[in-house]
Amino acid sequence: MTVALSGKEIASQIEEKFPDSIEESSQESLVVKSDSLLSVAAFLKDTGSLKFDYLNYITAVDYYSYFEVLYQLTSLEHNHSVIIKTRCHGRENPAVPSVIGLWQGADFQEREIYDLMGINFTGHPNMKRLFLWEGFPGYPLRKDYL
Amino acid sequence: MEVSSDREDIYTPGELDREEGQVIEELKAKSQEAIPDPDEWLEEDLERNILLTSVDAIINWARRSSLWTAMCFPACCAIEIMAVEGPRFDLSRFGMDILRASPRQADLMITAGTLTWKMAPNVLRIYNQMPEPKWVIAMGACGISGGIFRSSYNVVPGYNRIIPVDVYVPGCPPRPEALIHGIRMLQRKIAGEPVLPDLPQFLQKGKQG
Repeated sequence: MTVALSGKEIASQIEEKFPDSIEESSQESLVVKSDSLLSVAAFLKDTGSLKFDYLNYITAVDYYSYFEVLYQLTSLEHNHSVIIKTRCHGRENPAVPSVIGLWQGADFQEREIYDLMGINFTGHPNMKRLFLWEGFPGYPLRKDYL
Repeated sequence: MEVSSDREDIYTPGELDREEGQVIEELKAKSQEAIPDPDEWLEEDLERNILLTSVDAIINWARRSSLWTAMCFPACCAIEIMAVEGPRFDLSRFGMDILRASPRQADLMITAGTLTWKMAPNVLRIYNQMPEPKWVIAMGACGISGGIFRSSYNVVPGYNRIIPVDVYVPGCPPRPEALIHGIRMLQRKIAGEPVLPDLPQFLQKGKQG
């Protein structure tokens, strides 16, 4: 069984390397500031004791005042997992950095979130709609969609 | 090696050859005239061998007895189609067990499943590639009206928004018996269709299409 690592412990490890990059952390997860997401993600992937080499999924939640993008990471080597989150504010053009450079599997999932939630993943090489068509009005999974 | 035999031959030398010659001579003597061909039946009952029917009846019989389905099953009703195709419900009984991967060889489209607007142009293209005459069975709640996804932002509310539908088979999904019933209804409909189109109407349709 995969061990779910404590968000607090991992947050303290990250804080040592990247101070002031964690917004909050709990037993279940930790929230990373979106401008330091890429460096934190690379740290989680490459550090020998963590080695989160597998991205289970990306999803996004609309909390009205901000969007939260959620990543579940697993280490196939150490058989442990963690959930990291990042927040982006503003409904006009919310953006978080793309992690496609670290995990290839992020490609379609980031496009799906862009398609249905309207969050822009900066650095994604092919940021266009996946399920809906060009010209579709709005983003259907947002809470304020009709 | 020479085979020695103590037995006497039952035939004297040359006797078999003479008998053979005799048979041939007799047959030749008997066969100087040609045997008449057995053609009496031509004069007797010519009528019994000709079947009179109408062109409509025979062509419609052929059409409804060999409905070939285009393989265009966007969602879960296709599982019921597989059941109908299988040995238990055995669609071969109606001459239509052949699913064509190419729409150009098909004349029936069974719309098995939810259609999204993104998929709709492709289904329309498949329909347009099917040769005339062609028929459509709208299968399942989604095929008829969009079903439970009717008010969704990306689902076509019924195939009749993009292609003309001949028979509606309700159910979510319909039982195989229901689909077979729908196919039988379509076959009855085909049986009543005129083979030659009403020409002015046909030309008008061609101009529009």
